[in-house]
Amino acid sequence: MMSPHVILRVVAKVLIPLIIVYGFYVHFHGEYSPGGGFQAGVVLASAIILYALIFGLDEARKVFPPYWARVGMALGGFIYASVGFVSLIMGGKFLEYTVFHPDVAHGTGQHIGIIAVEVGVLTTVTCVMIAIFYAFAGRTPEISDEDW
Amino acid sequence: MSASDITQYFDYIFMAMLLCIGIAVIRLRNLFAVVMLTGAYSLISAAWFVSLDAVDVGFTEAAVGAGISTVLLLGAMLLTSREADKTSLGRHAAAAVVTIAAGVALFYALGDMPVYGDAASPANTGVGMDYVDLTAEQVVIPNVVTAVLASYRGFDTMGEVFVVFAAGLGVALLIGLGDSKREED
Repeated sequence: MMSPHVILRVVAKVLIPLIIVYGFYVHFHGEYSPGGGFQAGVVLASAIILYALIFGLDEARKVFPPYWARVGMALGGFIYASVGFVSLIMGGKFLEYTVFHPDVAHGTGQHIGIIAVEVGVLTTVTCVMIAIFYAFAGRTPEISDEDW
Repeated sequence: MSASDITQYFDYIFMAMLLCIGIAVIRLRNLFAVVMLTGAYSLISAAWFVSLDAVDVGFTEAAVGAGISTVLLLGAMLLTSREADKTSLGRHAAAAVVTIAAGVALFYALGDMPVYGDAASPANTGVGMDYVDLTAEQVVIPNVVTAVLASYRGFDTMGEVFVVFAAGLGVALLIGLGDSKREED
């Protein structure tokens, strides 16, 4: 198991941290450049999927347990909807971000709302993509060396 | 002819490439090759969207279409056989009739479409222009796409998040996430 894919393992170990950093860059830079929670979630999920492809599904399940995916799927939607309800409680309309901060001219409230909402998007998308991958890959026999 | 007119030839090239891949996908029987070609199809679509200045859409297409979908299709392909079964001539004929009818209908509807790049088209005149004009003072972020997605149309995006959640939930309910296997054993 250890010997055949040395190059793949080494390259993956270098690439996976970069992929994760890039995912967070895409997420938090979404206000200034293309990207946002949705794309970042897919990029983050691809890091875990790459890990699973190279090191095996069981190792990946230790890194990112399916339980997390199960909880995170629902948590993201919950975060998103919570932002809406918090804005309701603070006296605005549903998902009206301007009530979060008095500095309307600089759009601070808008920025807070967008960041909070995008965190919800990121959580759901990442966890759903990983969950779907686990669901399909979990039913597949280990890829034999001939198929590489 | 201005410089922007040149980019339309990129669009023609991309469309021709997509057509070639589409035909190849229909002709091939090897499912592995088909999955790889659909990934290439998504990647060329992404390049096309970038050429059309829809960078956010291109990014999503590259990440989801060429990345995740290809991996998921590969995973699904391993569960089935490697070769597609031969289909009968009758089913080919039925599919051809449906495709040609849909194609004719689309070409018929083409007459109602605004001209490519038309500044007076509904997309460029209505509420879309208001978003572009008002984002700088209302949301105060440079990326108008993010402003529309997360702020102006935040309620729609919440629905999208729940759609993604529903997709994950459906897969989890149907075939499980694979973590309950040990309990069965």
